[in-house]
Amino acid sequence: MENKRDWSVHPPYLSPGYKSTVLRAPSKPLIPIKHTLSERGGPVFGMDSIGALDNDLTKNGIKNAEPLGERIVVAGRVIDELGRPVRNTLVEVWQANAAGRYIHKVDQHAAPIDPNFLGGGRCLTDDEGYYKFYTIKPGAYPWGNHPNAWRPNHIHFSLFGLNITNRLVTQMYFPGDPLLQYDPIYLGVPEKSRELMVSKFTLDLTEPDFALGYQFDIVLRGHNETPFENR
Amino acid sequence: MMALPTILHNTGKEGDHKEGNHKGVSLQTPSQTVGPYFAYGLTAAQYGYDFDQIANDVLVADDVPGDRIHIVGRVFDGKNEVIPDAMIEVWQPDIKAFGRMGTGTDPKNRFHFETVKPQSVDDQAPHLVLIVLMRGLLVHAYTRIYFSDESATNAQDAVLNSVPDERRDTLIAQKQIVNGRTEYHFDIHMQGEAETAFFDV
Ligand SMILES: [Fe+3]
Repeated sequence: MENKRDWSVHPPYLSPGYKSTVLRAPSKPLIPIKHTLSERGGPVFGMDSIGALDNDLTKNGIKNAEPLGERIVVAGRVIDELGRPVRNTLVEVWQANAAGRYIHKVDQHAAPIDPNFLGGGRCLTDDEGYYKFYTIKPGAYPWGNHPNAWRPNHIHFSLFGLNITNRLVTQMYFPGDPLLQYDPIYLGVPEKSRELMVSKFTLDLTEPDFALGYQFDIVLRGHNETPFENR
Repeated sequence: MMALPTILHNTGKEGDHKEGNHKGVSLQTPSQTVGPYFAYGLTAAQYGYDFDQIANDVLVADDVPGDRIHIVGRVFDGKNEVIPDAMIEVWQPDIKAFGRMGTGTDPKNRFHFETVKPQSVDDQAPHLVLIVLMRGLLVHAYTRIYFSDESATNAQDAVLNSVPDERRDTLIAQKQIVNGRTEYHFDIHMQGEAETAFFDV
């Protein structure tokens, strides 16, 4: 097994409940590729890519006041399939504000923009694979997929890992969200792995008198690789 | 053996994860779509948001030696309509360069990248690695860009040769000299007759 994507845990491209997949999912079978040097490399980002407030979304969009909403800590560990930490890898996040509104210009949901909240952030994992963000709990928002369609609360995540084949873009959900059972994007993932996208509330990360803590660990591919071959 | 469908969360100890097919192997976190609203998070400067971005459409600094080239293309859906909310990432293995651009700011919804013409690595024909992300794509698509003026090396390339004959052209960017600059045109088709060959990497 060569560092493969495990299709038993990932969603299929065509997932008709999520309407946009119908015209955008590749329709021909993917072509297997034997990994070459091109697949064994990938971008490496250093601290020079990260600004001082990049991992604090409660501060990096401030214009004149604190953003509104429930302050949270989102933290966890990025590991490979064997549980080894993925060190110093870039984690990027973006999300809606507390009212469920993205700052994105084409988001027309009639919920207020928070002038003090951008919703974008990034950080590097540390030497043990840990990352941490401070942010505002994102609100649910409606979308046009089907009548009365609402996205559950979620934070978008983008990760690179040790090489380009380990690239992962995913979404983090919140425990106990009643919208999960109706969300075709969440439900597009096979049942056995859906819960891997749901964070866990924990007092261990909760900061007294300040912010509720959610733990979200992320498993990237790569259990058969020699740990240092790409560095 | 399959693990129970309960998720275990990391407490800092090894092996504290949902197990896959092999003992001690955790399941990969599933992929999800990048969605329609990535712009201010991943390509903020390009779209005019008040946040910087970690990579853009220029892969190399001005002083990097090599032949300057421009990659230009569009992304099409199954109805042959141009997709205005895709994001394209490029990895150039020979010089370890990375680029990222959304298709939402160009008036024709093109993506374009500026770099130097890739050199051969690993006995392969010169190429770029491409990652395609968009709303409606639950797992990003992986493909490669080869070059129309490299037909001799292309003919020897193992990856290109693993693609069925009739689809090989979908991976070859066509060279054009436009206003004195070297452009390679590479359109991506998600579906249909001209569907781009995507790889199960
Ligand atoms: Fe979203």
